[in-house]
Amino acid sequence: MEFFRIRRDIPFMRHALWLNAISFLTFAAAVFFLFHRGLHLSVEFTGGTVMEVAYTQPADLESVRKAVSSLGYEDVQVQNFGTARDVIIRLPARKGVSSAQQSDSVLAALKADTSNEATLRRVEFVGPQVGQELATDGLKALAMVVIGIMVYLAFRFEWKFAVSTVLANLHDVVIILGFFAFFQWEFSLAVLAAVLAVLGYSVNESVVIFDRVRETFRRQRKMDTEHVINHAITSTISRTIITHGSTQLMVLSMFFFGGQTLHYFSLALTIGICFGIYSSCFVAASIAMWLGVKREDLVKPLAKKDDASDANAGAQV
Amino acid sequence: MNRYPVWKYTILVIVLLIGALYTLPNFFGEAPAVQVSSAKSIIKVDAATLDRVQDALKAANLTPDLIALDGNSVRARFTSLDDQLRARDALQRALVPDASDPSYIVALNLQSRTPAWLAKLGAAPMFLGLDLRGGVHFMLQVDMQAALDKKAESYAGDLRTLLRDKSIRYGGIDRNGQTVLIRVRDADTATAVKNLITDQFPDLAVTEAGEGADTRISATIKPEAVRKVQDQALKQNITTLHNRINELGVTEPVIQQQGLDRIVVQLPGVQDTAKAKDILGRTATLEVRMVDESSDARAAERNAGPVPFGSEKYLERSGSPLVVKKQVMLTGENLTDAQPGFDSQTQEPTVNLTLDAKGARIFRDVTRDNVGKRMAIVLFEKGKGEVVTAPVIRSEISGGRVQISGRMTSVEANDTALLLRAGSLAAPMEIIEERTIGPSLGADNIARGFHSVTWGMVAICIFMCIYYALFGVISSVALLVNVLLLVAILSMLQATLTLPGIAAMALALGVAIDSNVLINERIREELRAGVSPQAAINAGYERAWATILDSNVTTLIAGLALLAFGSGPVRGFAVVHCIGILTSMFSAVFFSRGLVNLWYGRKKKLKSVAIGTVWRPEADSTAVAAK
Repeated sequence: MEFFRIRRDIPFMRHALWLNAISFLTFAAAVFFLFHRGLHLSVEFTGGTVMEVAYTQPADLESVRKAVSSLGYEDVQVQNFGTARDVIIRLPARKGVSSAQQSDSVLAALKADTSNEATLRRVEFVGPQVGQELATDGLKALAMVVIGIMVYLAFRFEWKFAVSTVLANLHDVVIILGFFAFFQWEFSLAVLAAVLAVLGYSVNESVVIFDRVRETFRRQRKMDTEHVINHAITSTISRTIITHGSTQLMVLSMFFFGGQTLHYFSLALTIGICFGIYSSCFVAASIAMWLGVKREDLVKPLAKKDDASDANAGAQV
Repeated sequence: MNRYPVWKYTILVIVLLIGALYTLPNFFGEAPAVQVSSAKSIIKVDAATLDRVQDALKAANLTPDLIALDGNSVRARFTSLDDQLRARDALQRALVPDASDPSYIVALNLQSRTPAWLAKLGAAPMFLGLDLRGGVHFMLQVDMQAALDKKAESYAGDLRTLLRDKSIRYGGIDRNGQTVLIRVRDADTATAVKNLITDQFPDLAVTEAGEGADTRISATIKPEAVRKVQDQALKQNITTLHNRINELGVTEPVIQQQGLDRIVVQLPGVQDTAKAKDILGRTATLEVRMVDESSDARAAERNAGPVPFGSEKYLERSGSPLVVKKQVMLTGENLTDAQPGFDSQTQEPTVNLTLDAKGARIFRDVTRDNVGKRMAIVLFEKGKGEVVTAPVIRSEISGGRVQISGRMTSVEANDTALLLRAGSLAAPMEIIEERTIGPSLGADNIARGFHSVTWGMVAICIFMCIYYALFGVISSVALLVNVLLLVAILSMLQATLTLPGIAAMALALGVAIDSNVLINERIREELRAGVSPQAAINAGYERAWATILDSNVTTLIAGLALLAFGSGPVRGFAVVHCIGILTSMFSAVFFSRGLVNLWYGRKKKLKSVAIGTVWRPEADSTAVAAK
């Protein structure tokens, strides 16, 4: 079986301008929604209490809400999740009341309704200062990933590749965040982990393509940059799609079997994978092209002495 | 060219065997068990306890599956839940005759069914996180400012005593935040005080301000001493938490320092979260002070006058007010133990305190100077002080063993001892994060994680086998080996597996297949270009390697960043993610090459390889595709 029977190099770069314009528009839209709507941050970042309660019969959300607000909580969110019997309650952090008292008093209020017995499945309380820290740590992690990858790529390839890869992948990250802002999906720590994993994973993609660009530069001495990039993308496209398809199979499996915790995690990964393919084929390569990648950048004069078929020959810096 | 030397195969076989060995314990599951641990610090669980447990079980006609001394507890494993409950009751009767004063804690537990020979090799199942087994997780923040304030206060007290002992005439001594201010009236005294502080208190830094009659000497805790104080405060709080949690009878609690001023407590399997929080949340500290014996103070107690300067009013447990001096003689830091007991002569219930060396010395001095007066033991809970007991000092007490007696029932003595023990927190703590996971949710999460990984893997394997034929099968086997190694390493490290960890495992497998796809595509490409099969296999692996390395390093960078800055669930994700990348390099490249070599390596005249259809463009297609 062979899915991809490509006779010629597909002229990806001919449409680079168009594709970049589209990328820029999606990017701008994502940024707009990110600022306009903001992320629906989970309790882990905002601080507060989340309680997950299971009832023996389908729960009446209105009465649950009433029971909780009767304790003097404003801005209480009560939602079903999974089944009608499972209820999730979000309480804002409150000064002077310990988490213990908070969840105990709420549970006591819920248990007062004896017709429908409530059992506690999960409580999560996060103090406001922890939330702050998690947010800053998340940003630090993001910065470190970006810097680490840029340094590695600049060392292994060339700064132009490093810059274009990181730009392309930040574009992915911003678009994932844009989706989360647009649909107001809950942005939790797990989603953050997914976003950072996507960053590492789709850099992967660009690396494969750039690796091929380097190799083609070395082998096809007469081809110009645009054709080299086209050839590199065409010859890796089959691998790109099969790999991502396989990873996506795993992610779908998490999406369907993983339950609530992994729901948004796998959703973030799905968006990341789809845009990862797009951005490494179109965005990263075309940015590298705009930045003016030349044969001389990758094929050092020294490399000529080496066996040209050795893929590692360009590794020396 | 496609042959591995024997040593490479040997490495492969050894790694696989070790991997299988350490993965094995995860398949045995858990059996009901009973755990006996000590309820008091004076009682040690040792071989004698093991014998007692064995005898008690024999008397009850129960034969445990396995019985062993494990650290500070004896564990007996049973085959059925019924036996477990009967054993618990039998042991409770035999070891804990008096339920109000237990020497041992008998708790129900689950224990891995790992056979003894495996356990001897150090192989144990993965440690399941709370989100998979249910339980409570707390993160406590230690109030370090309070710890430092307290330390400064105790320095002020020490200085006061010392200056008096050395007959140095100082104008006054005060604590202002974490600085001790001493007023002196002339330069000579100032020098004397400064010398004394430098000599006797190496942890204090001295500065001088003002001149003549208005000279002020301020002593602050040096930065390195601050760190020491904080470190000690944290350590002591952890010890105290250990003791408190022992009272809960939780098996395998995790109490860890996190960062500079935080403590993480995880209590697997605890369902009574309210009680756990109650016991942990008792953010109590203890201080020993003298009762203000002046008539003004008595008047203040009757609400007939203001509280005298330098004293404070607190309520006794009975509700009556008591005026106590502000100066702190001793803090809970110097109290090592408090136990209820009985006076050997009068048979009255007592509370017996044990002090450390420094505490004992101070206590001797205080009691010598104050025979006949009352001292108060004040317990501060969440900023509010309460006098636990205010006994009269009958004589000088040396040696650090203090007995408090008089007008107490044995229940009261018990309570007081518990409060005093709980009071030996060096600094108050606050719960800043809490997670409670019910056992049913834990079981659900295991099932979800397991299903995600299994079905994802099945789907990938089916696809690979169809698309790449034999090479797909080899890739699938490599993927299975990857899981095996990943689980083996996690079990070996005894890393905690959480739901995000399982997600990372799934993702790692999804990414690991990338390496095999790269290799297989490369081999096809070489074949398409008309290279002979053997050379194509070799070139495919060789060329793909550079790409695989690059892409894995970049993924690893992301993983390491997560590990460095992540906390809680993200960390669990990052650990598995990083290990998964490393094992995938081994299995996808080294191992799968080994299989390919084994299969094709010896065939000298190999005509074709089973890697699915290799579509060849017509000879007249572009020069580029044909190369």
